[in-house]
Amino acid sequence: MSWETVIGLEIHVQLSTKSKLFSGGSTEFGAESNTHVDLVDMGLPGVLPVANKEAFYKAIRFGLATGAEINQESSFDRKNYFYPDLPKGYQITQMTKPIVEKGSIKIATDESERVINITRAHLEEDAGKSIHDLFEGKTGVDLNRAGTPLLEIVSEPEISNAKEAVAYFKAIRQLVIFLDICDGNMAQGSMRCDVNVSVRKSGNKDLGTRAELKNINSFKFIEKAINYEIDRQIRVIESGESVVQETRLYDSEKNETRSMRSKEEANDYRYFPCPDLLPVVISDKELKDIKDNLPELPEEKRKRYIKEIGLEESEAKIISSSKTMANMFEDASSKTNDAKLVAKWLVGDISALLNKDNIDIEESNLTSENFGKLIERISDNTISGKIAKSVLEDAWENGTDVDEIIKTKGLVQIQDESILEEIAMKIVESNPSQVAAYKSGKDKLFGFFVGQVMKETQGKANPKSVNEILKKLLK
Amino acid sequence: MTIKYKTIKEIKNMISQKEISNKEIIKEVFDQIQANEHLNAFITLNKEPALKKSEDLDNNPSDLPLAGIPIAQKDLFCTKDLRTTCGSRILNNFIPPYSATVIENLENAGCISIGKTNMDEFAMGSSNETSFFGNVENPWGKNLVPGGSSGGSAAAVSAGIVPAASATDTGGSIRQPASLCGITGLKPTYGRVSRWGMIAFASSLDQAGPMARTAEDCALLLNQMCSHDEKDTTSLDDAIPNFEENLNEPLKDKKIGIVKDLDLSSLDNEVVKVYEDSLKEFEALGASLIDISLPNLSLSVPTYYVVAPAECSSNLSRFDGVKFGRRSEDPNNLEELYIKSRSEGFGDEVKRRILIGSYVLSAGYYDAYYKKAQQVRRLIKNDFDKAFSNIDVIMTPTTRGPAFEMGSKGSDPIQMYLEDLFTISANLAGLPAISIPNGNIDNKPTGIQIIGNFLDESSILNFAHMFQTSTNWHKYTPEGVKE
Repeated sequence: MSWETVIGLEIHVQLSTKSKLFSGGSTEFGAESNTHVDLVDMGLPGVLPVANKEAFYKAIRFGLATGAEINQESSFDRKNYFYPDLPKGYQITQMTKPIVEKGSIKIATDESERVINITRAHLEEDAGKSIHDLFEGKTGVDLNRAGTPLLEIVSEPEISNAKEAVAYFKAIRQLVIFLDICDGNMAQGSMRCDVNVSVRKSGNKDLGTRAELKNINSFKFIEKAINYEIDRQIRVIESGESVVQETRLYDSEKNETRSMRSKEEANDYRYFPCPDLLPVVISDKELKDIKDNLPELPEEKRKRYIKEIGLEESEAKIISSSKTMANMFEDASSKTNDAKLVAKWLVGDISALLNKDNIDIEESNLTSENFGKLIERISDNTISGKIAKSVLEDAWENGTDVDEIIKTKGLVQIQDESILEEIAMKIVESNPSQVAAYKSGKDKLFGFFVGQVMKETQGKANPKSVNEILKKLLK
Repeated sequence: MTIKYKTIKEIKNMISQKEISNKEIIKEVFDQIQANEHLNAFITLNKEPALKKSEDLDNNPSDLPLAGIPIAQKDLFCTKDLRTTCGSRILNNFIPPYSATVIENLENAGCISIGKTNMDEFAMGSSNETSFFGNVENPWGKNLVPGGSSGGSAAAVSAGIVPAASATDTGGSIRQPASLCGITGLKPTYGRVSRWGMIAFASSLDQAGPMARTAEDCALLLNQMCSHDEKDTTSLDDAIPNFEENLNEPLKDKKIGIVKDLDLSSLDNEVVKVYEDSLKEFEALGASLIDISLPNLSLSVPTYYVVAPAECSSNLSRFDGVKFGRRSEDPNNLEELYIKSRSEGFGDEVKRRILIGSYVLSAGYYDAYYKKAQQVRRLIKNDFDKAFSNIDVIMTPTTRGPAFEMGSKGSDPIQMYLEDLFTISANLAGLPAISIPNGNIDNKPTGIQIIGNFLDESSILNFAHMFQTSTNWHKYTPEGVKE
């Protein structure tokens, strides 16, 4: 029997506004508990929310970038439930009239490229955090995060496997980083995701019963959690039972999903329009301003790199897929005027290092500035390409400044021809038999002499000069 | 010299003529509070700060519009560093770190807040019998209710303790107690007065307003209470007129809408007579009566008792014993903390409304109740819009009768809900309305309600003031006519 999987993702993106969605409280990460909390965030009696337009502008950027419909009038609803880190006893969200509807995004896996449709993206406030392990027998509540604006991006249930789900998540992540609406920092929880998974027999039109997987915060876990869940659901069905609609929690340590609550236990959220907030209206002018100031997006960059800079399709694709990489490329290219050299390093050595360490470029120690210096030193002949590889490794490992590495390790390329000539002369004199053989026609021995000079100079000799000098001496 | 039963305008005069010092005024207020302790009108007093402020004023006289005027604040407004209970056990230890915009506006105008007045718990009630802090007695008679929810504010003004009080009105909570206590109370247009710092009962209906002895004083107070507040997105930024300006405009050629759909036959003959006498008085002042139709008016009470509880069920979720207010002792787990804190902290009427509200919002019932009620609300609003196309104000009795005995409606919540029969529609439509004393039945005051068009507080104040220039009902005190 063959099975088909249907997956939908709900991605919560923390918008990088300075203040919270409904208050002037700061959204900065990592402050001491309960210090970035104002009266509204605490849900004190008598306080009222005021919607932060900045969050709307950021949401609209996302909508425009995904070709979505923008609801110029959108409204807020209350979602009622009790939890200690939910100060008001309800979350303010956009249930009936979200700011963004019906967009789409292109994703690419190793096998294929396709478009995933986005049902909606709506604004809502984040909850605080419950801290269970700090106080013996008690739970602490930290409200710093309470009220931080979230954009919840809901995909259509049309993702067909774990790899696509990861590709979708990655595409959304890169897009929000490109749009400068979220820092994309998964470790700090700037992006979180719930996954709806169901399976059905191949060819079956009706959707199977789904489970919602909560609390997944890394690419790796998305893939593992989905694959575990697919296997589990198939096992359940094949053993003659049926899948229960429920919320399941992914446990990354045990690599399994566990039932959190069933549909029967689910809250009745008693949604209703929030009477404290009037509908938020975005004027035509506001919309146009946002449109006019949208940054260049990955797809546009890719095309431009090929057409205007002359990069290979494969190079352009890799470089344009990440904002950090694209920025590194553009910065270094403008400094050195050698875009192809920059591209060669990014697609070659840098990508290899990323693969080796299995990290994203944002997570590496190499800053755009330092990378730019490396390329500059190659193109101004301070170091050779070969030396550059070892400088890069050092900068990659330790984040040390490229010029610093070149200086302390004395890696500056020897340009002075008189010094090189002296060394070359010495090599020629101390290897008479090889010289004789070379002169008798063994051309291949030329490489031997180059190698000896390089060895003597610890690779610092300018290879071009060495070639010329040796040719002259061995004539 | 005394300020008992004096109006704001009179007291301002006394201060400027140096007939009385600011400190003497405030001392008298606190003496009066003590002498009237049986009324139970206050929950928390602000004695030391109030006396201090009056001394400061004596040392540095101020020309602020309400400088030195003592005012009682309903205990529903947050007051910085002064306990704010909302009449509930669950907030009996709550001291807000901030003040409501209304409080700030009044204090910035020179008012001296003398204390927090008793009220129905979370403003849910029409007799002040649901307060955790006990009943308020109507100064007009032992065992009579003062009305609700702003019962403490109404009683304090009625007894002549203070010339002014702040209050709030969600379905009649200013007008009904004003009527039952023989004073003047105004509910402004929804959005005129900021809701920032008002503990929410039903957000789309709640509106703060003044209580005083006269319409003129209400105009003085309203001038200071109103402001466009960026902290409240439902606060209107329409121009705020000087509400004193049109008080004396002649009523000649003005039109009063009389609701022909309103069935007064269930009311006491005497109540109807008092009401009709008032209408004749208005006619004598030059106004004419015009029949109008508000066909959906009869749906007001059921509509209100869906919308208000729904919003209240959500608004009161924050009182969970976790962050502020009273927490039940030694709960065994989180769920118990919630259940015990809320079961012990809320009284029966509040629980009843939370239950009704949760029910009407629950999955499967939302469309039949909440959504339908909002649609009806829209129809009621449309009725008013249409009616106001050719009239200036609408008049009705404020209540079905004068003050009733404590406990007399306790067992039947529906009887209590019908107390708001005439007042609720103005909240549903967001319109301004005032209640002024218009008679006396068995030494108990009655009130007439004047409803105005959207943002037209000036007209209702004009009608009310002209009535008060030609009648004495507002000068009656529990101790006799004050002249």
